[in-house]
Amino acid sequence: MSSQDTAMSADASKPLRIALAGNPNCGKTTVFNGYTGARQHVGNYPGVTVDRKEGEVTYENKRITLVDLPGTYSLTAYSMEEIVARRELSSNNVQAVIDIAEASALERNLLLTVQMLEMGMPVVLGCNMMDEAKAGGVTINMERLSKALSIPVFPMTARSGEGLKEVLGAAVDLAGKGQREPLRLSYGSDVDPALKKMEDIASQAKLLADKYHPYYVALKLMERDVDMLQEAESADATTTAKLQKIADETFKHVRDTLDSNMESVITDHRYGFIRGALSDGVLTQDPSKDRLAFSDKLDTVLTNAFFGPIIMLAVLYLMYQFTIEIGAYPQGWVEDGLAALGDWVGDTMQDGALKSLVVDGIINGVGGVLSFVPLIVIMFSLLSFLEDCGYMARMAYMMDRIFRMFGLHGASVMPYCVSGGIAGGCAIPGAMATRTLRSRKEKLATLLTLPYMTCGAKWPVFLLLSTAFFGTEDAPKIMFTLTIVGWVMALIVARLLRSTIVKGEPTPFVMELPPYRFPSLFSVLLHCWERAWMYMKKAGTVLLAISVVLWAMMKFPELPENLSAPLEQKIEVAQKAVDALPENAPEAEREKAQEALSDAQNTLSEEELAYSVAGRLGKAVEPLLAPLGYDWRTDIALIAGVAAKEAVVGTLGTAWSLGEIEDAEDEEATKSLSDRLKEAPNWSKATALSLMLFVLLYSPCFVALVVIKQEAGGWKWLFFSMIFNTALAYLVAWAGYRIGLSMWPV
Amino acid sequence: MTLNELKKKMPCRVTRVNAKGMLGQRLADMGFCPGEEILFVRKAPLGDPIHVQMGTYHVALRLAEAKEIEVGEIR
Repeated sequence: MSSQDTAMSADASKPLRIALAGNPNCGKTTVFNGYTGARQHVGNYPGVTVDRKEGEVTYENKRITLVDLPGTYSLTAYSMEEIVARRELSSNNVQAVIDIAEASALERNLLLTVQMLEMGMPVVLGCNMMDEAKAGGVTINMERLSKALSIPVFPMTARSGEGLKEVLGAAVDLAGKGQREPLRLSYGSDVDPALKKMEDIASQAKLLADKYHPYYVALKLMERDVDMLQEAESADATTTAKLQKIADETFKHVRDTLDSNMESVITDHRYGFIRGALSDGVLTQDPSKDRLAFSDKLDTVLTNAFFGPIIMLAVLYLMYQFTIEIGAYPQGWVEDGLAALGDWVGDTMQDGALKSLVVDGIINGVGGVLSFVPLIVIMFSLLSFLEDCGYMARMAYMMDRIFRMFGLHGASVMPYCVSGGIAGGCAIPGAMATRTLRSRKEKLATLLTLPYMTCGAKWPVFLLLSTAFFGTEDAPKIMFTLTIVGWVMALIVARLLRSTIVKGEPTPFVMELPPYRFPSLFSVLLHCWERAWMYMKKAGTVLLAISVVLWAMMKFPELPENLSAPLEQKIEVAQKAVDALPENAPEAEREKAQEALSDAQNTLSEEELAYSVAGRLGKAVEPLLAPLGYDWRTDIALIAGVAAKEAVVGTLGTAWSLGEIEDAEDEEATKSLSDRLKEAPNWSKATALSLMLFVLLYSPCFVALVVIKQEAGGWKWLFFSMIFNTALAYLVAWAGYRIGLSMWPV
Repeated sequence: MTLNELKKKMPCRVTRVNAKGMLGQRLADMGFCPGEEILFVRKAPLGDPIHVQMGTYHVALRLAEAKEIEVGEIR
């Protein structure tokens, strides 16, 4: 290993690679931002949705790549974050580690430090949030702690920048010296000899020698670490079997004599070592001061049995108001800007398929992606504020009892609410908010069920149908019921998923309730910018392609000459009639002529749509959807709704030859559509109910699907969401239709 | 006595952790080890999870998880 390291440090042109490790809530993000400022980029570790953050730093003319490891308490194989952190450390690319520990909770934080020292990593320890610790009456003797751990130790307050430089300097020094001997703790007379024997065997067989020190391989196999076992087995099955046999014997012995399992024996000894290092006045706590006193006082109100839930509802409601209401302004500007661009291109380009592609395909598609950016930015600033200040953990704590019944986690409350649990949200920021869920199974179940919420784009459909068929008076009741149906379905399906395809024991809830802190504005803003940028990159590329495909589906094949000619002729005649009207013609006459013209134009668009691939698809699935009470016009609208739910009302308008309804909330425009639907012979209250239920539950829109795929980590979840949700919608809508028919006979 | 049985603010000491596997590891990571001092703080509005203090930090855990932790009162 050492030869490799010398080779690396000799290569001066290559930047040093230093990892930043630490527990969650230890202020690591502030440290990272303090070092790199805005010179950082965020990506994903391949195959998992764990953020991979890197940034560039220069220290005394040396270029350094700083890698921000996911925040973990330990380096076991129980969570994706821990496995990712471990792989990064063992990749041989990391030359030193800066370990950030929260000074006020040093004992627990050092558990991770010890595990990295056992790997043989060169570690510098930064005791962060020293200001808070001092105020809480904590004093740490850095010199003696450094001696006890045999690593450099520095006090740090990342918020004010104190200690950042010293720690980085020490890390650069260490990086030049290569790997160090692993820290060898005593795990008691039962384990130590066996561990030595295992290390010797691993060392002789050179088991995974290119990645780990043999001591670490032996120790991890002794801990019965699944990830290490797999790795070792695929490298050398015979040696691994030999090692495993020793580990098993030791395990049995420990179980019989100590009545304990291996993991707890090892962790207990680690804590024993840490307590030893901190004893004798290295760490002292003034008993008269308590850093938690303020947090505790806040908690007596914020998590109070009576006020807690009320305050939480208020916070959720305000968050929704902020995101959706305030977000509507910048969203409108983006949309207006793109509409202006579309108009400009429309005026400058020549009529034809290319122009239609640019305006209706590309600009529309890009617009669909960009118009969500303001929502995402606002939602994430609020979300990261709530998370950084410590309130998010309290919300999870208060809601857990309810969500657990459905196989979810207390932290599921936020994604659901953002998605439209409070009517009018959006599944896209909602799906991205599932990142705050650290337990994989609970996250997946949340992610797959949050599209059932009443997002803002479904709202116009509900408004149109409930007003048209149930009257203005009953419409709010219907819409409220739909919001409730969304919640009920989400929770039921979550329960179903957790006992079938996302089966498994609940992930442990055990969670730190960090003290309330005021987050730094810079970190909040940076965080939301990262999210927005990631969304634009990922969703943007896929969506543009989908948008173009959909445009082509609605446009081609074009109506053949012999079918379109008579219709165009009619338009021409109507146009001439309008033009021929004298200046002083009566208003009524002019209106009538205008109406005849737009009728002729709308008939042409209807025929064009019916002739296109989408129209044929609508007609092809007509028999399939007939049991729900829909005709081909509704089917086309539903197909278009998969692109964006906003398109449902608009497409219905085109299909009913009313021209395109640009703004679904425009009462004038929707009025004629609702009148038309009410008069249509195959529409009834039951049809409206069935369609509302279908729209509530069926396939999420494409943008949401892409984000779901990204967060769930696989294409299969995208297809699952599309197919399963549509099937569920079919069943529920069918039931709704049958019930509707019996309740309101036609 | 196990941790889930505590009702009021009462300092205790962990005597034994029975959980294995992922839960055992998570508890150990959060500092639930024999000999550690622990203080029950309060319950969530719906009675579960509970909020405890371990030395200088706060931890929330479900009653079912707290059941795995044996504690003894400090007199």
